[in-house]
Amino acid sequence: MSLIRLDSICRRYEMGGETVHALRGVSISIERGEYVAIMGPSGSGKSTLMNIIGCLDTPSSGSYELNGNTVADMDDNDLADIRNREIGFVFQTFNLLSRSTALRNVELPLIYAGVDIDERREIALAALADVGLADRVEHRPNEMSGGQRQRVAVARALVNKPSLLLADEPTGNLDSKTGEEILALFKALHAKGNTLIVVTHEEEVARHARRIIRIRDGLVASDEVVT
Amino acid sequence: MNIGSEISEGLRISWEALRGNLMRSVLTTVGIVIGIVTVTLMATALEYLNTAFRDAISFLGTDVLYVDRNEWFIDNNNKFDRMQRREKITMAQVRAVEEGLSGVSGVAPSVMQGVEGLRYGDRSTGGVLMIGTNEQFIITGGASLASGRFMTKAEAAANRDLCIIGADIADKLFEKEEPLGKRITVADQRLEVIGIFEKRGSVLGGMSLDNQIVIPIQKMNRGFKWDPSCVIQIKVGDTARIPAVRDELRGLMRKIRRLPPGREDDFAINQSEALVSQFGKVSAIIAAAGFFITGLSLFVGGIGIMNIMFVSVAERTQEIGVRKAIGARNRTVLLQFLIEAAAICLLGGIIAIGITRGLVEVARVYLPKVAMSWSVVVLALTVAVGTGLISGFLPAWRAARMRPVDALRKD
Repeated sequence: MSLIRLDSICRRYEMGGETVHALRGVSISIERGEYVAIMGPSGSGKSTLMNIIGCLDTPSSGSYELNGNTVADMDDNDLADIRNREIGFVFQTFNLLSRSTALRNVELPLIYAGVDIDERREIALAALADVGLADRVEHRPNEMSGGQRQRVAVARALVNKPSLLLADEPTGNLDSKTGEEILALFKALHAKGNTLIVVTHEEEVARHARRIIRIRDGLVASDEVVT
Repeated sequence: MNIGSEISEGLRISWEALRGNLMRSVLTTVGIVIGIVTVTLMATALEYLNTAFRDAISFLGTDVLYVDRNEWFIDNNNKFDRMQRREKITMAQVRAVEEGLSGVSGVAPSVMQGVEGLRYGDRSTGGVLMIGTNEQFIITGGASLASGRFMTKAEAAANRDLCIIGADIADKLFEKEEPLGKRITVADQRLEVIGIFEKRGSVLGGMSLDNQIVIPIQKMNRGFKWDPSCVIQIKVGDTARIPAVRDELRGLMRKIRRLPPGREDDFAINQSEALVSQFGKVSAIIAAAGFFITGLSLFVGGIGIMNIMFVSVAERTQEIGVRKAIGARNRTVLLQFLIEAAAICLLGGIIAIGITRGLVEVARVYLPKVAMSWSVVVLALTVAVGTGLISGFLPAWRAARMRPVDALRKD
């Protein structure tokens, strides 16, 4: 069974009395353990697609199954639980809570999952050690470099052992050297068996993936395996 | 996520937010502080008034009935005129009540009259209250003796030249001398002091209970107040029996005064409870007016909180998006902002209690018995948190209902 199965996904918005068709019938399957890049120019619908895959948004029509869960007809609470358990997000702007330490940031998904205090501390510390930040746990985001912040975000994304890591332009705010570091980290995660989806408009970033899906005008334009 | 850890997480977040915007938070609380100070001052003042009033009327006794020609509360002039025309309660009627009423602790008639200038040697007093009564007064009147003895039944009946005096009168007339056995002069009468009352203080803003002199009732009726209307004091002795005794007394009085069935009572049976309930009405009006004003200031404070919470939600839209993206439920977000609003108000409440505490200390200089009770503290904190929850609800609801994708998109 595929990890992700999108079938004829459409997403329409009402904008100033006009209907915008962001997605016009996208069907994709992604297997467990894949490393996929989703590419497309701005306005192509790739962000909408990412939001739907990430359960931040729901499709207007079509069906979406994530790890055997039918997402389309879930309510807000179920979606929150799905996001908490199944998906780890990495954002372009890191989106860490600025007033909280690295440790607190990484603990947050565990808090929402209801893990008790001792256990979550242990898990969060291990997740930070995994991304090489064992010595930065008490630092706040503004005391860390961009690369370090993004690694905190990766640790936060992985701390609940989600079935999918979803990264939106993860290197967009980093210089090329730190960007490479993050991509190396992704590669290592993929080697360990994690499923990764990276949304990007940079060919260089996409080339690290094993499969590239290109979106144009709300449709899949191409879907190729990188050799 | 269980509710306990949601609350502790919410407290933690609001603590961080409060600290992050310390100046703003403190300024926001000003409105709440003013509101809560008003609440606590109001409540403290009302509590003080109530206890002061209870203290003041305790001399009346809670289980003593007063049969009188007039009611204690007369709400219009008509009624007053009618009462003035009522037949007096005579000594003969008093004796009939004494004989007819059974199973009570004591029955004492009383006639009161202000008199000028008790004298002993070259000393004299100003105006004092003279009470004519019998030996039962020591039971019904709620006073006890510091020294000497009260009049006996025989002495009362025989209309002897004796008196029992209040502590202030004793101090004034005798200073260092022993008063017992001495004769004091009132008008043309010479009365032997046989007892001195225990000091009782003053009531109802100045009327001194220690500036009284008690004499046998017939001495009063012949020497000081001709043909008066008596007040009959009846000590029931058991609070539970008051209604029954009241009924019996009413029937007895109607019979004694020969009222035909259907005619309304031409006497009244008064009780300190009547004063209490009358005072209750007054204090309820004061409370209603006070809490209306308080409510207004809390309302204004609440609007301030609501405003600042809307700002807080708008500022942290991105954060709300992130929290939702990593699994916060709507309820969690709602609770987070509710707790934050409640925490700001709680802070205001605590500041307000501190301020009130200070004001009460100042008031103590003039009213030594004023105190802020724990119930007022609890009330203040409850009202503060309640205001926070109510005024924080709309902003928190808005935050909770945000779609994660919209919240994240906003920069």
